Amino acid sequence: MSAAGTRARGRGRGDAGDVLVVQGLDVTVREQMLVEDVTFTVRSGERVGLIGESGSGKSLTALALMGLLPEGLTATGSVRVDGVRHDLVGADERAMSRVRGRDIAMVFQEPMTALNPTMRVGDQVAEAMLIHRTRPNRKAAHSAAVELLEQVGLPDPPDTARAYPHQLSGGQRQRVVLALALANDPALLVCDEPTTALDVTVQAFVLDLIVQGVLDRRAAMVFITHDLAVVATVCERVMVMYGGRIVEAGPVQAVFTRPRHRYTQGLLGASDLAVVDDRGRLATIPGSVPAAGRFPAGCVFRNRCAHATALCETRPPWTATGNDAGFACHHPADAADAAPTSASEGRQR
Amino acid sequence: MILRLLQRLAILLISLAVSSVIVFAFMAVLPGDPARVALGVNATDSSVAEMRREFGLDRSPVAQYLSWVTGLVTLDPGNSYVSSTAIGPQLSDRLQVTLWLVVAAMALAVVVAIPVGTVMAVRHRQVSGLALSAVSQLGVAIPAFLAGILLITVFAVNLGWLPANGWTPPADDPVMFLKQLVLPVLSLGLVQAAVLTRYVRSAVLDVLREDYLRTARAKGLTPMRALVRHGLRNAAVPVVTVLGLQLATLLIGAVVVERVFVIPGLGSLLLDSVSQRDLIMVQDVVMILVVAVLVVNFVVDLLYLLIDPRLRVGAR
Repeated sequence: MSAAGTRARGRGRGDAGDVLVVQGLDVTVREQMLVEDVTFTVRSGERVGLIGESGSGKSLTALALMGLLPEGLTATGSVRVDGVRHDLVGADERAMSRVRGRDIAMVFQEPMTALNPTMRVGDQVAEAMLIHRTRPNRKAAHSAAVELLEQVGLPDPPDTARAYPHQLSGGQRQRVVLALALANDPALLVCDEPTTALDVTVQAFVLDLIVQGVLDRRAAMVFITHDLAVVATVCERVMVMYGGRIVEAGPVQAVFTRPRHRYTQGLLGASDLAVVDDRGRLATIPGSVPAAGRFPAGCVFRNRCAHATALCETRPPWTATGNDAGFACHHPADAADAAPTSASEGRQR
Repeated sequence: MILRLLQRLAILLISLAVSSVIVFAFMAVLPGDPARVALGVNATDSSVAEMRREFGLDRSPVAQYLSWVTGLVTLDPGNSYVSSTAIGPQLSDRLQVTLWLVVAAMALAVVVAIPVGTVMAVRHRQVSGLALSAVSQLGVAIPAFLAGILLITVFAVNLGWLPANGWTPPADDPVMFLKQLVLPVLSLGLVQAAVLTRYVRSAVLDVLREDYLRTARAKGLTPMRALVRHGLRNAAVPVVTVLGLQLATLLIGAVVVERVFVIPGLGSLLLDSVSQRDLIMVQDVVMILVVAVLVVNFVVDLLYLLIDPRLRVGAR
């Protein structure tokens, strides 16, 4: 944390320190646990991936960070962001509205509906700066908006600024959303599957823009996706989510080459297009993700896991394998050359 | 944009032409000779024939139609069959009275419905929102004339705060004009407000679920400011549609309320003319109502273009 009350902004941002500290984050709806005991830290300038199948709680975690959970869902636990003195969990709307778009910004999954259809895109980008008064007046905000549109590679930025969303393609709209999110040089950018809805041909381009935008601002990033290849190119560290819990975390290289949790192993196996069974079919994880609240007690993955035993009916403890790295599995892969599973005293909670 | 405007204008003109033919034909096929009706059962054939000549009723239907339309377009619709007085001044006087009533009632409905409907949508899970919903549901169920009678009973008869009926032109006595306007406007306007409130509520509820409202909050707007700045304009499209329909309903509905409050508007003129068999007057009043409804629809179309750029600006 930097000194209380001072905001480390833009290029003056230091390399040390934690930008985001999440501790024991739960998201519940009517007694039902949707996200359970999520704990992680994102350091300054770090790009962290959050992966898992649909329904694993990735998006809810992101929305909980932003304080934008749908009506009826409640978050408990603690979310602290560098430069903000209060906890984001339980903060009132007024306090959160000062944090959103300034300290944390978000890029959403669906660019086709993310922008107001009745407002020119330049005005929508400029508004982000006017709300937080990071530009002195309307004119300055507008020219800054044009500049941002140029940074995200939109053709003829002054003209694009005057366009309405329906005049732009999905990829172009997502670039507008990115420009909007980066407008106030946030300390943390949360991306919720920003390229999933896009044409494959523009995915790589938009990804580059996101990474470049984050690097330019020395911002940290939480990047949600189910595309492992994207995580490998964009992120330094990865967290694997299943059943509303983080089941494994670590450097991308280590997790992807030597997965410990059986779910991570299955996920990697399912995405390897070179591996086929004797009938020529790609590997899959048996079964499907249960509906929210239908996950088994103990290890949430045990009903789909080939290695599950009676032991898995108790919740597996977190086994730390390094700084910010570890897994929660009773029967991890490669147990022989890994740290002993019983050594759970280094659990990162 | 220009093309769309011209297109809408063409639709308006064609509808006007077609509806004028329908109104004329409808009156023409009604049994009974207007001249004989006007002169009474004891009139001689020669006096009837003379009157038919005088009013041009002996001409072909096409010629009659053309002279009627020409009269309306040049704002000189000729004389009444019954009273032989000029129709034009009567129509314009009565139209002004009805317009005061309808415009004031519509304004009241809008001023009440937009904030109340928005609050109902925002608080749709809370007791206050549900209570407002129940009240508006009750309002929808009450017809305007019944509301009028209730209002007269309470505010004019029991409390004596306001006159029960009558009409004073604003130029003669502005205070009396306003006093007499209150009850009829309330009885017309509150019922419409109740209906409109429900449409505003559902339009705002739809908008509240939109992704762009979440984007607006992610930018740093509070939920209420996000709704006002990004939601209301988007919610306006369905609401404007209903407003247009309501304005048309009000023009027709004013007939009854004018009767209850003894107001000399277009509706009273229509009923009087029907009872006096003044067919040309009936025809003109009906045509004015038709023109008003068509013009309202035209304006609604223009408002769509103004509100929603997707209808106005094509792809680049």
